[in-house]
Formats: sequence, C-alpha cells, structure tokens
Amino acid sequence: MTDTTNKLIIRMQEIRKVYDTGKIKVEALKGINLEIEKGEMVAIVGPSGSGKSTLMNLVGCLDTPTSGIYEIGGQAVAGVTRDELADIRNRRVGFVFQAFNLLPHITALENVELPMLFGAVRPAERRERASQLLDRVGLGDRLDHKPTELSGGQMQRVAIARALAMEPDIVLADEPTGNLDSSAGGDIMSIFTDLWQQGRTIVIITHDPALSRRASRVVEIHDGRITSDQATNEAA
Amino acid sequence: MKDVLKQLARDLKAEKLRTFLTIFGIVWGTVAISLMLAFGTGLHKQLIKSTAGLGDRIVIAWPGLTSIPYEGLGKGRRIRITADDLATARGNVDGLKAISTEYSGNMKVEYGTKTLSVDTSGVDPDFGPMRNLIPQSGGRFINAIDVAEQRRAVFIGDKLAKDIFGVTPAVGKTITVNQSPFLVVGVLLEKDQDSSYSGRDNEKMFIPSTTYRALRGDKYVDNFVFQAANAGDTKGVMKRLSAALGRRLRFDANDKEALSMWDTTEQFQFFDTFMLAFNAFLGIIGVLTLVVGGIGVSNIMNVVVEERTREIGIKMALGAKQRYILGQFLIETMLVTFLGGAVGFAIALTVCAVFPKLGLGEYVGDPVVSPLVAVLTSLALGIVGLVAGYFPARDAARLDPVVAMKL
Ligand SMILES: Nc1ncnc2c1ncn2[C@@H]1O[C@H](COP(=O)(O)OP(=O)(O)O)[C@@H](O)[C@H]1O
Ligand SMILES: [Mg+2]
Repeated sequence: MTDTTNKLIIRMQEIRKVYDTGKIKVEALKGINLEIEKGEMVAIVGPSGSGKSTLMNLVGCLDTPTSGIYEIGGQAVAGVTRDELADIRNRRVGFVFQAFNLLPHITALENVELPMLFGAVRPAERRERASQLLDRVGLGDRLDHKPTELSGGQMQRVAIARALAMEPDIVLADEPTGNLDSSAGGDIMSIFTDLWQQGRTIVIITHDPALSRRASRVVEIHDGRITSDQATNEAA
Repeated sequence: MKDVLKQLARDLKAEKLRTFLTIFGIVWGTVAISLMLAFGTGLHKQLIKSTAGLGDRIVIAWPGLTSIPYEGLGKGRRIRITADDLATARGNVDGLKAISTEYSGNMKVEYGTKTLSVDTSGVDPDFGPMRNLIPQSGGRFINAIDVAEQRRAVFIGDKLAKDIFGVTPAVGKTITVNQSPFLVVGVLLEKDQDSSYSGRDNEKMFIPSTTYRALRGDKYVDNFVFQAANAGDTKGVMKRLSAALGRRLRFDANDKEALSMWDTTEQFQFFDTFMLAFNAFLGIIGVLTLVVGGIGVSNIMNVVVEERTREIGIKMALGAKQRYILGQFLIETMLVTFLGGAVGFAIALTVCAVFPKLGLGEYVGDPVVSPLVAVLTSLALGIVGLVAGYFPARDAARLDPVVAMKL
C-alpha cells in the first residue's frame, strides 16, 4: 500500500497470462514489464492476436494474471478480495470497450449513472454528474435515449462518459473506434486527446497511426512481449 | 433501495416474456393447489354437515323380537321398553352421555283453516342436541320442565312452519294437535340432512315425551336415541347398554334383533377414512403440481441467468459487488413470487366466490381457500425458483468480468 512513487499509476513486473482452454494452453502474455505515470497517453499497438486486449484487461482488473506483480496506484492487486477488486475497478479504472458494452434496457443517463450507483454516490449527485458528463461528450440532448436509439459513435460517447463517472486514475480504451466508421472514429479519438490534454491518464489500443502519433508514448506488442516502448515527439 | 426497485421494474419490463412465464408458473401452481385443497375441504365439510343432519354421532335403537333363547325363554318374544327402563339404564351404563325416548306417530294439526297430518315424535330434552335440532333464534327446543309438567309445547320443522304459518313467525302461536291446543316454542333452523329413519326433520314436529304418552296412551317407546360421551367408545356403550337392558328385560346381550341398533358414527368413520384417502390423493397431485411448476420456474430462472451473464459481467466490470448482483436477483425472485402468489390466490378466491352460485354446493360442498396453503405454495415455488436461479447467478458473479462479458 506504500505509494513511494507518487506519479506511478501502473506498475507491472513479469506479468504472464496463460489461457487454459482444457485441451490447449495459450500463453498470451510472456513477461510484461510496464510502468505508466500520471498524465501519460499511451498508445498500445501491435498485430491482431499479439495480446493487447489481454494486457488491457489485466490493467483494468477485469481479469487476473497467471503470474507476476501488478500494482495500481501503489496497491498490489494480487491477493485482494473480490469486493476489493470490484472497488478498484469502480474507483481507479474507467474502461471503454470496442463493443460499447452499454446496458440496452436503460437510458444513456442511467448507463452513465451505473458506476456511481455501485460507488454509492448519492442519487442527486449521480444525476447531475451524469448529465454534465454526457453534455461534455456532446450528448446533452440525448440523456433519455436508450442505446438502441443511438448511433455507434453516440454509444461510444456514452461509454466514455460512463468511464469518467467515478473520476478514475486511468482511462483504458480497447480499440474504441474498431466498430465505427472513420468520421465517427475521428470524433472519438479527439475526445480522448482532449481528455489527455485536460490532464487525464489514458491508455488506448489502436491501429490508427495518426492517433498513435498523437500519443505521448507508443508501446508495441508482438507475440505477448513488449518489443518497443518509445516516447513520441509530442511528448509533454 | 429505491434504485434497486427501479432497476428491477425495468428489468422485469424488459424481459416481459420470461417474467410472464415465471409469474404464470407460480400463479398456476398456486391456483391449482389452493383450489384442489379448497374443494377437498368443502367436500369434507359438506359430508360432515349432511351426515350430522341426522345427529351428532348418535346411535338409534329399536326394540324387536328376540332371536336367541334366554334363560329358558324361547325366541320370538317381543321386547318392550318403557321410559323407566331407559331411565334406569342411564344410571347404570358407563360412558353414556345422553339418551332420549322417542314415541312416534301421525297427528292431526289444525291452524286457522288449515288441516295437516304431521309425523310427530315425543321426545326428551337431550333429543334436540343429539339430533342436531337447533332452534332458530327466538325459539327453543323441548326442555326438562315441558317434560316434567307434561306441557303442550311443540317444536316444529322449518318446512312445516312455512306450510302452516307462511312467513309470519311461528313461535308463540298456538296450534291444535289432535284437538288439544299446543304452544309453538321453537322452529328448526334449516339444516342439510341426507339420511333419516322416520321422515325428514324439517317436515316433522316434536313434543314432550310425557305429553305424547298422555295424549296417545302409549306405554312403550317406539325407539330411543343415545350418544356416548366419547365417540370412540360408541361400540362399548352399545354393548353395555344392551347388556343392562337385557338383564332387566330378559334378553341376550348379543341378540341383535331383540334390540337392533344403528350406529351412525360408522358413517363418520367412513367419511374420515374416505377424506384421509382423498386428501392423500390431493396431496400427491399437489406435490406433482409443485414439482412440475418448480421445474418450469427453475428452468426459466436458469435461462434468465444465462441470458444475463453478459449483463452481470458488464456490471461487475463497472464495479458492482457480488452481493449487489445476487441481491438484485433475490429481490426480483421475491417480487415475482409475491406477484404470482397474490394473483393465484385472487383467482382461487374468485373461483370459490363464484362456485356457490352454480348451486352444486349441496352435493360437493362449497370450496374454502386456505390463505396458508396459497402462501405456502407460492413460497415453495419461489424458493424452487430462487434456488434454481441462485447458484447460476452466484457462479456468474464469481467469474472474472471479461469471461462473463464474453459469454
Ligand atoms: N479467453 C481466451 N481463451 C483462450 N485464448 C484466448 C482468450 N482470449 C485471448 N486468447 C488468445 O490470446 C492471444 C491474445 O489475444 P488478445 O489479447 O485478444 O489479442 P489482441 O487483442 O492483441 O488481438 C490470442 O492468441 C488469442 O487467441
Ligand atoms: Mg483485441
């Protein structure tokens, strides 16, 4: 629990992940060492199947590593209870998925309120924050729309608002434009760069060279290993 | 809590079909079992009621001709019993609760311009309660003073009262019986009666035994009626009474023709056995219904969890704790159970309210719903659904969010 390096949000050491599907074992990550500091915007790139999503899920505590050390905000993740892990997901991480993963039966506003519901934020405050966030991603006039009544780009903006609801230490996005056309994708990317410029820490998996150029740092993954980790020219 | 309920309402609305199916399963089970037991109870009550119309676990005895030689006396002798014989027996027989003489015959009743011929019994006060001759309010049965003073008092059947007096109250009126004036002291409260030995009570009239004897000059009773203090001891009392009278009147205690008896408690025993079998039958059907309903409800719950595993995964990814996921599931099941149970109970009540209007009550009785049965039935189905849904839901909540989201 000691927070020696204040600025360090993510610290991974020799992280391995083996998928055991009974018949075959797939070693998706083969020893990842990664540190991410507050205020960085990290683009993770690499060919399909190289282990990017696996890494991202581990960073977001949606999955548990087979071995290795992982600390988020100075807190070791190994050995914590399921409820503590839920709290970490709730407070420290905001996740944006390629497939949006909104709940279809409830409105945009209620989707954004969900993490705050789990985080025990008072109802009035929840409502206000959720509508502010939706306003900020340009959906101030769509609060009561259900996901099915929104376009892909709009759904992903709802998902971004939801990821920001609990003021997380870090925002993770796994190919957030993968299901969008290039124009909608461009809008989403600008939202991420804006957020970064406002001081947020962002990790984003992307195939878009334009975006990875805009990031402060590009991490390349091949076959479960980090093969390159470079600060870009635009680094702050 | 409010949020949970709101979300719940939404989830239930969103999955109309399966919510409907689950509720339907619980409604169906509750209605089926409640109604079955309701009709069973109604039938039992009706059987008891119409059997009790004759009397409350009584024995009716008729003196006859001896069929067994006794102490040198040949068979074929007529046995005659007086009120004195019975009064003596009364003190000598253990376990005898009540006994009454009965003299019967036809008498001419006149009132105003009406003249009727009426089956009449001369009886003692105990006869009333034993034979379930309950007076309508404002009246009474023949009492001890009537008998002691040979009063000319008469208790009349409800149908007879209607025939004589129409709708005007009968109590306090005077009618002429075999040329003597009699005061009507009570009218029979309407009752179901499915068996009799001397006409239906609602068409008869009852006068004090002493008055009857004086009027007709009868010395011997036509029959008598008695009741054991403990219904289970009826056979014993019959034996002892038969022996006591046999010693006094000189006939064999085992002579079934010298003194023939009709033990009406046998009917009750038959009904009790019948109802036991009937209830066991209903119980088996009920259990089968519960099992079938339970399988249905649990299947639906299982499907629900499967369908919603992805949603559970998303909620966990956003930081929902296991108890939130399970809690929501729990409340949902309780609500569905409550709703299903309430609707089922309401339907069963409605059926039971409408049924008497069909006029079949006289044969099978009117069904009576037990709220306890309805509550227990829906509870049982709810618990089945809960158990069936709880474990898959818990398993889903135990998965890593990524795994749950991909399912
Ligand atoms: N749930 C899983 N079970 C088994 N193998 C998996 C699973 N998820 C991913 N993999 C395997 O792990 C490797 C990395 O996958 P992934 O992290 O999704 O790659 P990327 O996101 O870079 O395309 C791939 O070989 C993939 O087949
Ligand atoms: Mg991927």
